[in-house]
Amino acid sequence: MTSLSTIAPAYQPGTRAARLIERNVMVYRRTWIMLVSGFFEPVFYLLAIGFGIGGLVGPILLPSGEHVSYAVFVAPGLLASSAMNGAIYDSTFNIFFKLRYAKTYDAMLSTPMAVTDVAVGEIAWALIRGTMYAVGFLVAMAFLGLIKSPLIVFAIPGAMLIGFAFAAVGMAATTWVRRWTDFDWIFVVTLPLFLFSATFYPITVYPEPLRTFVSLTPLTQGVELLRSLALGTVGPDILVHIAYLLVMGLVGLVVVDRRLARLLLK
Amino acid sequence: MATSSEPALIHARGLTKRFGAFTAVDAVDFDVAPGESFGFLGPNGAGKTSTVRMIGCVSPVTEGVLTVLGLDPAADSSRIKSRIGVVPQQDTLDMELTVRENLVIYGRYFDLSRREAGRRADELLEFVQLGERAKSQVEPLSGGMKRRLTIARSLINEPSLLLLDEPTTGLDPQARHLLWDRLYRLKQRGVTLVLTTHFMDEAEQLCDRLVVMDKAKIVAVGSPRELIEQYSTREVLELRFPADAAPTDGSIFDGVASRVEQLPDRVLLYADDGEAAAVVLHERGVRPETSLVRRSSLEDVFLRLTGRSLIE
Ligand SMILES: Nc1ncnc2c1ncn2[C@@H]1O[C@H](COP(=O)(O)OP(=O)(O)O)[C@@H](O)[C@H]1O
Ligand SMILES: [Mg+2]
Repeated sequence: MTSLSTIAPAYQPGTRAARLIERNVMVYRRTWIMLVSGFFEPVFYLLAIGFGIGGLVGPILLPSGEHVSYAVFVAPGLLASSAMNGAIYDSTFNIFFKLRYAKTYDAMLSTPMAVTDVAVGEIAWALIRGTMYAVGFLVAMAFLGLIKSPLIVFAIPGAMLIGFAFAAVGMAATTWVRRWTDFDWIFVVTLPLFLFSATFYPITVYPEPLRTFVSLTPLTQGVELLRSLALGTVGPDILVHIAYLLVMGLVGLVVVDRRLARLLLK
Repeated sequence: MATSSEPALIHARGLTKRFGAFTAVDAVDFDVAPGESFGFLGPNGAGKTSTVRMIGCVSPVTEGVLTVLGLDPAADSSRIKSRIGVVPQQDTLDMELTVRENLVIYGRYFDLSRREAGRRADELLEFVQLGERAKSQVEPLSGGMKRRLTIARSLINEPSLLLLDEPTTGLDPQARHLLWDRLYRLKQRGVTLVLTTHFMDEAEQLCDRLVVMDKAKIVAVGSPRELIEQYSTREVLELRFPADAAPTDGSIFDGVASRVEQLPDRVLLYADDGEAAAVVLHERGVRPETSLVRRSSLEDVFLRLTGRSLIE
């Protein structure tokens, strides 16, 4: 009995999160078509809105006094909102199914895996997928001639940060979901975020105090972050956006960890 | 059975589980020795699953002492879990993966290398006779096959302790016997089995020692034989009467048996010699529709201890 401690080494929660990612990769090997749809969605938006509507809109005047085409202006907004949508999608329906129906996590928790591994693993998985989409989107932008600033490569970690923030909060919200219809509440939140977060037009169209209010919403923070990188108009407020999204993600992660422990370790 | 030279694999004293104000497990004491096959026998709601989940480190202990493999579940759950196998009451197989992938990924959760996990997966699929279904999805498998796959999965880490929560509930007799056979082989290999059941035949078949649980408490401990000897007679005479002809006056059974149970559909007379009791009753003019002498079972023990049948 005393030799047992030598058999099983001491264990840090969170370190087996990679195993959960490995499991998801196994599943997606067969359903890779879902990955393809995640790439095309923002690209289709870009074509329809950036070029379709953009043709009617004319150039956009930046605060710097410079003019850019509407497609160049809207592309980072679409990247940010698709990072949000992808993260929400991954961290809500899928997680709910595994949590309440498939009992996937109950099975994992009978092994040395811990709740924190599940929380970190699922959020990291959402991030990995989001990163692939972001890279794909940037490649599409390059093909369409929409790259304006070399800083746009930092839009990839930027999109990851948006994905992290929304995946963590989305998964946290999902732990309270009891039936499928509850998900409508999530769309009551994300649809207006998608439409009104200065994604499609500059935030300056809003009068005060509405402008301040919108600027404090999470997707606006993400849009402003990516847009400043894409257009090369980076200022000190980028730090605020980063800190905002980082805190949002970390709070979400802590909540997920606690909620999963409550739901699964009864 | 747990001696000082062989420390208990599981040790519980005053072990309690509460859900809010409701007590599901009420201060139970038990020890499981290495290599033994230990059962929790009790009806639905007795607290068996709650107990086994605490042992499996997926349910925090509310009160009392619990050590598993000499370790504290609250402090060392991952270490404990790395050495035990779990067959939960409800199958938790991964429906998004194939039969073989279910075993391989489970092995990966235990930090096995991919190769080792694959090797063990193939071996275990043979052991539970699912080799031909390796590439199949899990969904179309029968209940018995799913259960066998769950058992294979629980063995991927070569556990020294296997927890089985109602391993055969819901299975047809053939599937049950196949499962019992596999569990018996594991026991012969020295794996410690802890199982819950509400089937007395399962408990009699598989358990060296068991506790009878009812309403959150342990009401008796012992081997199946000890329990029957202690709480029942050698034989039971079972009488069934036509609906309107059951004896209304119980005194007609006086002196024939050491104990009489009048159930809605039959009368049980506990006597060491059932045949002799039947003869005496016949002389007294008792004319049952059917009369059967059988050996006492754990069902009788349960009836004696709780006044109720195991399966309502
Ligand atoms: N998560 C829970 N919350 C509240 N009550 C529970 C929970 N799990 C079990 N119970 C209750 O505890 C009692 C014992 O349940 P359980 O341990 O599952 O019994 P058994 O496995 O013997 O059928 C039951 O009355 C059950 O309703
Ligand atoms: Mg149970």
